[in-house]
Amino acid sequence: MIAHAIVFYIFSLIAIVSAIMVTVSKNTVNSVFFLILDFISISCLFIMIGAEFLGMIMLIVYVGAVAVLFLFVVMMLNVAQQKNEWFNSSGRSSHIPVGLLVSIIIFFELIIVIGGWKYKPDLLDSITIEINTDLTNTQSLGSVIYTDYIHLFQLSGMVLLVAMIGAIVLTFRQRSGVKRQSYFKQISRDRKDGIELVEVENNKGVKIDA
Amino acid sequence: MAELYIFFEQIYKILFLLIPVLVSVAMIVWLDRRVWAFVQKRRGPNVVGPFGLFQTLADALKYIFKEIIIPASSNKVIFILAPIVTMTLALIAWAVIPFSETFVLADINVGILYLFAVSSLGVYGIIMGGWASNSKYPFLGAIRSAAQMVSYEVSIGVIIINVLLCVGSLNLSDIVLAQEDLWFVIPLFPMFIIFFISALAETNRPPFDLPEAEAELVAGYQTEYSGMMYAMFWLGEYANILLMCAMGSILFLGGWLSPIDLFPFNIIPAPMWLILKILFLFILFALIKAIVPRYRYDQLMKLGWKIFLPFSLIYVVLTASFLMYFNLLPGS
Repeated sequence: MIAHAIVFYIFSLIAIVSAIMVTVSKNTVNSVFFLILDFISISCLFIMIGAEFLGMIMLIVYVGAVAVLFLFVVMMLNVAQQKNEWFNSSGRSSHIPVGLLVSIIIFFELIIVIGGWKYKPDLLDSITIEINTDLTNTQSLGSVIYTDYIHLFQLSGMVLLVAMIGAIVLTFRQRSGVKRQSYFKQISRDRKDGIELVEVENNKGVKIDA
Repeated sequence: MAELYIFFEQIYKILFLLIPVLVSVAMIVWLDRRVWAFVQKRRGPNVVGPFGLFQTLADALKYIFKEIIIPASSNKVIFILAPIVTMTLALIAWAVIPFSETFVLADINVGILYLFAVSSLGVYGIIMGGWASNSKYPFLGAIRSAAQMVSYEVSIGVIIINVLLCVGSLNLSDIVLAQEDLWFVIPLFPMFIIFFISALAETNRPPFDLPEAEAELVAGYQTEYSGMMYAMFWLGEYANILLMCAMGSILFLGGWLSPIDLFPFNIIPAPMWLILKILFLFILFALIKAIVPRYRYDQLMKLGWKIFLPFSLIYVVLTASFLMYFNLLPGS
């Protein structure tokens, strides 16, 4: 049990410190690396409370895909040189009130969640779906998501699809004059299309690409 | 006291697994070069030790004694971290590989997800190395590699779903035991082919080794690395290749199971079968390196997104409906 507690505190310490470092570090790429460290330690915490499926999916989706794209954008935009000037400037930034507002809202939401869980223990009994402890995480998630919550699940998929199509439409541009390769055309070519035998008359030559 | 005992027992088990993996990585490099040379009618490394077996050890020794050069304009912390990350990620994945029904370090519920997660983290070593070098070629190599690995992971994920549909569990031992009657390579043969090609792309092996295409990018993300740090990248890469071969043999070739339960086959111990299957897949990897020319980058992307992804998605639907129709779904 003690070992469990020690590991828990190590991971939560890493998570909190790296979350602070995301906002404080001067180099934007370093911020993203700290964000990744944060994701990893949080997924370790998920695994520690027995939510191994959630932890692994967090690793695969956030660290393996989302953060890679994030890092990609940050590196490509070359914001590495652009220093984080929040702490250097004399505080005349207009982003601070907005950030404060958002963080206050999140703070109160957290208080409500933790308060409800802490001071009303019977809140957990109001869950309508019974929890079967024999099943593994994955099985119980699957049996709920694909039956009781199928509409919500598909709706969230639709939202993601719409976002994806939107991103594609926004960045799509038709370029003219680009020679495209078609595998079918290449494979279905035969000798007749490629080679033409011509009798060339003397002193006249032939016209190519007429 | 008992806890201390468990601790040391685990350490012993980890060493018992890691040291053979590291040694076999060295041997596999030699095998790779030998197969390559064999295809091209050369001799390959044959001087150091019997059949040149110790060539890799000699190379490693050379790397240890070489100077580690850290470029002046690089981001030093990340530059040093990158090979360490690559190497560590390639080695920690071996924790869940089951060598037999009892011989597995960590028999976790979501073993296949763990493998997938660790292999998707592998891209960070490359990106970190490429970016921290603060130089054009490594950066381009890292960008290429990141896009390539993310693309092919998608199709590997869908292929894994195909296998999981037939098994009904995410545990690697369960996946192997489900193949007792029929290896999944037979009903899911097209998926095996796609998995194999995606594994080539995922480990940056030829014909998909664009991140280190020497004609365009010198050595890609490794350009600025030297000495032991380069060797660590190199070891991590080959450990990753072995891991992909192990994943392929567990998902499709029945892991530690022998092909038929008859006399000459079933006296061979179970871990041996897994090792033989890994070797078989690795020799295929090495042969492909020797005989297939490198892809162009747009062809690579087209293959991943426009051919493999739709095809494996359609195959998921086919597998699911087949199992549903004939009432073969596991656990029902």
